[in-house]
Amino acid sequence: MSVETLRLKAEEASRLVESGEASAAELHAAYLAAIEERDGELNSYLRTVPEADGAGVPIAFKDVISSRGVETTAGSKILSGYVPVFDSTVAARCREAGLPLIGKTNMDEFAMGSSTENSAFGPTRNPWDPERVPGGSSGGSAAAVAAGLAPWALGSDTGGSVKQPASLCGIVGLRPTYGTVSRYGIVAFASSLDQIGPMTKTVRDNALLYRIVAGKDPNDTTTVDVPPVEIPEAEDLKGLRVGVPRELNEAEGIEPGVKQAVDRTIELCRELGAEVGETSLPRSVEYGLACYYLVAPAEASSNLARYDGVRYGLRVDGANVREMYEKTRDAGFGDEPKRRIMLGAYALSAGYYEAYYGQAQKVRTVIAREHAAAFESFDVLVSPTSPTVAFKIGEKAENPLAMYLSDVLTIPSNMAGLPGLSIPCGLSDGLPVGFQLIGPQFSENTLFRTGHALEQTIGFDYVPERLR
Amino acid sequence: MAISRDEVLHVARLARLELTDDEVEKFTEQLSAILEAVAKVSELDLSDVEPTAHPLDIVNVWADDEPRPSLQAEEALANAPDRHDGFFKVPPA
Repeated sequence: MSVETLRLKAEEASRLVESGEASAAELHAAYLAAIEERDGELNSYLRTVPEADGAGVPIAFKDVISSRGVETTAGSKILSGYVPVFDSTVAARCREAGLPLIGKTNMDEFAMGSSTENSAFGPTRNPWDPERVPGGSSGGSAAAVAAGLAPWALGSDTGGSVKQPASLCGIVGLRPTYGTVSRYGIVAFASSLDQIGPMTKTVRDNALLYRIVAGKDPNDTTTVDVPPVEIPEAEDLKGLRVGVPRELNEAEGIEPGVKQAVDRTIELCRELGAEVGETSLPRSVEYGLACYYLVAPAEASSNLARYDGVRYGLRVDGANVREMYEKTRDAGFGDEPKRRIMLGAYALSAGYYEAYYGQAQKVRTVIAREHAAAFESFDVLVSPTSPTVAFKIGEKAENPLAMYLSDVLTIPSNMAGLPGLSIPCGLSDGLPVGFQLIGPQFSENTLFRTGHALEQTIGFDYVPERLR
Repeated sequence: MAISRDEVLHVARLARLELTDDEVEKFTEQLSAILEAVAKVSELDLSDVEPTAHPLDIVNVWADDEPRPSLQAEEALANAPDRHDGFFKVPPA
């Protein structure tokens, strides 16, 4: 049978395979055909896998996820041609669940960015408007799911790299609790923050994929036991206490159209039976971004030291080993990794460590405490995911600080290791607006339940208007 | 300027990055702006607050010291830009 992928949810695709209406190979072929047709414009994939390996619903991986035998570059020239000889744990779990890999998706180099413009292999375009960015850094995965080029995908999130592109592309993205999904075999950026997360058309699909990838892994000692994942069904929010943090909802730079869509959704929470109240995270929002841009680059400067032209990836020859390192790293890294490596090395260097990195780690404690205090009165906290809808390609490319502000609303809860779900809640100027739900650690089931109930009532059409 | 040209060159050397003159100029300006913004953390008096290095309350995980399968030498060398007799080969130090 010929399968139309544009609207197909992973749950429906699974039903097609189980009932025998379509084989896994036919599904895989249908996605490759859709990619052939629509991805020339979008550039959401860096490469595809020609044959289905597995009997289930196919999946796309952000190019930060190692998959045995398939080139993995993290969007960087310095890893061009690198073919992992082992599977990451998430790739192995998807393999065991029978999910064939469709391909590897585009991303900001080393997951550093909020627009996917930092990829060494050209930007990805937003399926809602190709003049605009899909968000980032998991922009390829977000665009692929939104354009029906994958039923579901995995991304990675350090400061908002799953939630923000999900928001800008009108899909559902989960950044799970730190430690619930293994980082073994993931190209590392900032190890105390990096998490793999599902990117899907619906909240139920998201829970189904989270159930496959989450769990303790002996190969990643930062993983922990995960409570059983419940696939959401409830359509009301009775008994749920929803907190509206003032600073996350009134931050400078939130567009009026975004604010309106989010306020309507907060009102909807009330109509669905939730108790809604105001709360406050004063220092988390004011100091979160500064804290993140010290902690994450410091960890990155250490993690990216491994790219030295010795064991894998690019090498540029030099007269001696030191010259080889320096020439390889200058030629192989793009501007954003270079900026962050230097920022991190500076923040960690003698004389500056206490004032920058040490102080940022203390701010991180303050942020965690503020969130914990808010969760004494509320089950979930809500806000816009991104202050803006998708912005124009090139608009922020020359101003790193303006780009960093894209994540001002996702960063605070990430610093505290908390899970966050972004669901589409409406349109502003014809572009999707994301609604961010934050919960205490290990509260994914509550986020899924809340997101699902809202999704049913909102009735957002996840197919971009221009593709309908 | 929050960071000088000489400091940028020093940090680039620490990070083993050979920058072009254009890059040094651009990064001096951009890193200054970023450092000014992140210096905001110093506004808070946190002398009595413990630092957080890790978001979960977990302690060391120990593994039994038992051999288990790992990569074969050929696999470990499969992506090497240069090799010699089962070793990674690099230019002279």
